[in-house]
Amino acid sequence: MEFKVFDLGLVDFKKAWEFQRTIFQDVKNGLLESGLILCQHYPVITLGRTANKKNILVSEQELKMRGITISKIERGGDVTYHGPGQLMAYPIFNLNYLKKDIHLFLRQLEGITITLLSDFEIKASRYQGLTGVWVGKEKIASIGIAIRNWITFYGLSINIKKDDLDNFRFIRPCGMDIEMTSLETVLNRDIKINCLKDGLIHKFKEAVV
Amino acid sequence: MTKVILPGLGEGIEKATVSYWYFKAGDKINEKDDLVELTTDKATFNLPSPCTGILSEVLLREGDTVGVGEVLAIIEEE
Repeated sequence: MEFKVFDLGLVDFKKAWEFQRTIFQDVKNGLLESGLILCQHYPVITLGRTANKKNILVSEQELKMRGITISKIERGGDVTYHGPGQLMAYPIFNLNYLKKDIHLFLRQLEGITITLLSDFEIKASRYQGLTGVWVGKEKIASIGIAIRNWITFYGLSINIKKDDLDNFRFIRPCGMDIEMTSLETVLNRDIKINCLKDGLIHKFKEAVV
Repeated sequence: MTKVILPGLGEGIEKATVSYWYFKAGDKINEKDDLVELTTDKATFNLPSPCTGILSEVLLREGDTVGVGEVLAIIEEE
């Protein structure tokens, strides 16, 4: 399967959502086989379909003061945070070209992240029964997807920058007491987000051949 | 009368949770309209309506669990 890559850079969550919808329509209408959107977001807390608002630990007012917005979305999962220190990947993949298997696709996204991190000599793994990617007992990547007509949207966020982890303290990620980590935290050095993009695209290509 | 049944969703997936109904009982619905959203693990997906007609019965509520092959709703075809 072929996919076209769109790098939006640092973009508002809602704008990226609108862009996903456009690409989704193109894929649905057969104008594009599939698409892969890469970006970073301004600080935002997103609530999935099964989200419990109690998992946001501070008032909306306090979040506003800190420049963090809230968005309700139709992906699976509970509460999470996205910010400029994460690399987001939204695969708008037509699973009719691959395998029509929802959980297999989730496991593929985990596999893509694990092999990407192994290029940095980070030993990451799956955690039985919990979607996402972990380094030891800390989570380094989160996954939540939506599927319509067997075309996927939403996707994968990988924590890269250490200083962006702070904002996770305002939520209980996925409704659980999870400690988050980042590439910079694990490697103890500065990592430029742009340095990961080509590697990530390559891993996606390997996974969908 | 057409039964809306939860289809196979992939290996090892035997059930899903009803997360959102786009229509309520009594509504007119067209073939391929998104009828209901379901959730499994960290994924949501939609079931489209298999035909055009009136959604006569909604058998499960949001939050209920449904197994593969089970009936979610009934549509009276036009």
